[in-house]
Amino acid sequence: MPLASYQTSVPVVVDDAKCIADKGCTVCVDVCPLDVLRISEMTNKAYMAYDECWYCMPCEADCPTGAVTVNIPYLLR
Amino acid sequence: MALDEIVDGLSEVSCDVLVIGGGTAGPMAALKAKLKNPKANVVLLEKANVKRSGAISMGMDGLNNAVIPGYATPEQYTKEITIANDGIVDQKAVYKYAQNCYKIIEELDSFGIRFLKNENGDYAVKKVHHIGTYVLPMPNGETVKKALYRQLRRARILISNRYMATRLLKSSDGRIAGAISVNTRTAEMLVIKAKAVILCMGAAGRLGLPTSGYMFGTYENAANSGDGYSMAYHAGAALANLECYQINPLIKDYNGPACAYVAGPFGAFTANNQGSRFIECDYWSGQMMLEFYNELLSGKGPVFLQLKHLHPDTISEIESTLHKVERPTRGLFQQGRGVDYRSESIEMHISEIGFCSGHSASGVFVDDNARTTVPGLYAAGDMASVPHNYMLGAFTNGSVAGIDAMEFADSHDFAEFDAADVALERDRVMAPTKREDGIPPNQVEYKTRRLVNDYLQPPKVTRKYELGMRRLAEAREDMQERMIARNAHELLRALEVQSIMDCADMAVHASLYREESRWGLYHWRTDFPEKDNENWFCHTLLSKRDGKMTSEKRAVEPYVVPIADDEKDLYDKQRIRASA
Repeated sequence: MPLASYQTSVPVVVDDAKCIADKGCTVCVDVCPLDVLRISEMTNKAYMAYDECWYCMPCEADCPTGAVTVNIPYLLR
Repeated sequence: MALDEIVDGLSEVSCDVLVIGGGTAGPMAALKAKLKNPKANVVLLEKANVKRSGAISMGMDGLNNAVIPGYATPEQYTKEITIANDGIVDQKAVYKYAQNCYKIIEELDSFGIRFLKNENGDYAVKKVHHIGTYVLPMPNGETVKKALYRQLRRARILISNRYMATRLLKSSDGRIAGAISVNTRTAEMLVIKAKAVILCMGAAGRLGLPTSGYMFGTYENAANSGDGYSMAYHAGAALANLECYQINPLIKDYNGPACAYVAGPFGAFTANNQGSRFIECDYWSGQMMLEFYNELLSGKGPVFLQLKHLHPDTISEIESTLHKVERPTRGLFQQGRGVDYRSESIEMHISEIGFCSGHSASGVFVDDNARTTVPGLYAAGDMASVPHNYMLGAFTNGSVAGIDAMEFADSHDFAEFDAADVALERDRVMAPTKREDGIPPNQVEYKTRRLVNDYLQPPKVTRKYELGMRRLAEAREDMQERMIARNAHELLRALEVQSIMDCADMAVHASLYREESRWGLYHWRTDFPEKDNENWFCHTLLSKRDGKMTSEKRAVEPYVVPIADDEKDLYDKQRIRASA
């Protein structure tokens, strides 16, 4: 069966102006228990690549510049 | 090369003791093994990152089962846990935990984790259980993982993050020989030879589907997909009492604890829609969950945790804990809904089903030395069968496992495994990456877990279970023949689905085997509605024999702490009787 992509609004938001992934920081990607954050090859900033979030907070709590915000996933908000 | 791109590779390393799972029990097991023999190599393998993995990713509000001299005795605690489990307990392991846990508390204290003390400098223990007093708050509970990590670094434990273990290796004479794992970001495989292996892989928490429909909105850390249960099963280890499901009372939709263990000692209580209490005790037991379930369906639901009668300062104190540790987004969730604990009660619901000995009794069978039925294989924490053992049980039994496993490793050489087993496993693991077309893991997982909810959620009906078994077999065929993974991350999810499917099959098998009702809601079989002590006062052990799932009875070991006849039913008396 062919695959289609599926739209979803993701709960983790990264403020590109504050994110220092382009300077080599990978803290949020490193700590995520579900491994859903990645560094964008286009912007060199962190973003949520997979909507598989436990809204648990390490990414936000450990970000050295306060760039990451965890929201409650829409389905259970 | 981009992250998640699939690399076809296989390498091999070896160590003396391999600990799989770096959440709670695992770090303690690794630490104790290394301290036992500092010259030995100890590897701690983790699917995520040890810094923030497992159930205590964001810390914990307190100890739920602290046996502290002056407040409780090991005998009292052993008795309480025996009664809460309807008598099906090998007391030796529980008693040993109860004797050792105070030492572990002092050790955690030396790591920099603080415990609440009163003005006299004594531990300020709170009562939540039905009979005894065991709950000890942790004022800096958000620092637990950091404190553990410091100890691991100091002891020079070799940490391998982002490796998912998939199968255990054994020698032809049945001894443990190591494990096979996969890098979750490259799909490269790593074989780890080991003299002893300790499984600390957490609960099977991604078994049922949360009612929100969001697959990762589980009660347990959603990384806990039951991989340890599945690996132990395929290695031929016995699993105990899997029909004693984990089902918990949680904040509706948010699906985290409200949390009565924190708020109860301050005077909060569980209430129905009339604001009345209906259960005697908020401690999580199957008997309590049955009354909770009955109330939800009785017309007196929804069920709430009520705090609004408390002084605003008290509520602020409770909030400062609830919104800081364990599940800190609770505050954000309530804020989003405009719920203020000062004026509104917290709407509660029951969780999806899972396996977890941390809260119930469904785990890989272990004795009082944390040994499984496979020589050289150990288990500790939520996935090991010591019942109701919570975080402190994970630390205490992890410690037991670490010491015993190192003794085993010191007196054994590496066991030889068959290279063909590695080749077979490589084919199984990589199969979803070899297909051009197929069903993505998220769809197979959603369907499997939806079937778990539809057919396996208690009350357990034999006819439903039989249908569930058929539907799950169809989903398994899709999983084995058609599931596709296009990158390493999807492969991680595809492997997790296989653990989930194994756990679903085990849940069906174990539940159909025990032909009685026991543990309140956890094993309520409508076709066998009564507790049958004559035939079923026993453990059930599930294992793989000649490739087939089998179950057998195992006698309950003679009690160390006797239970009087008039004490046996104390947990059955959860419902508050109407006053005359």
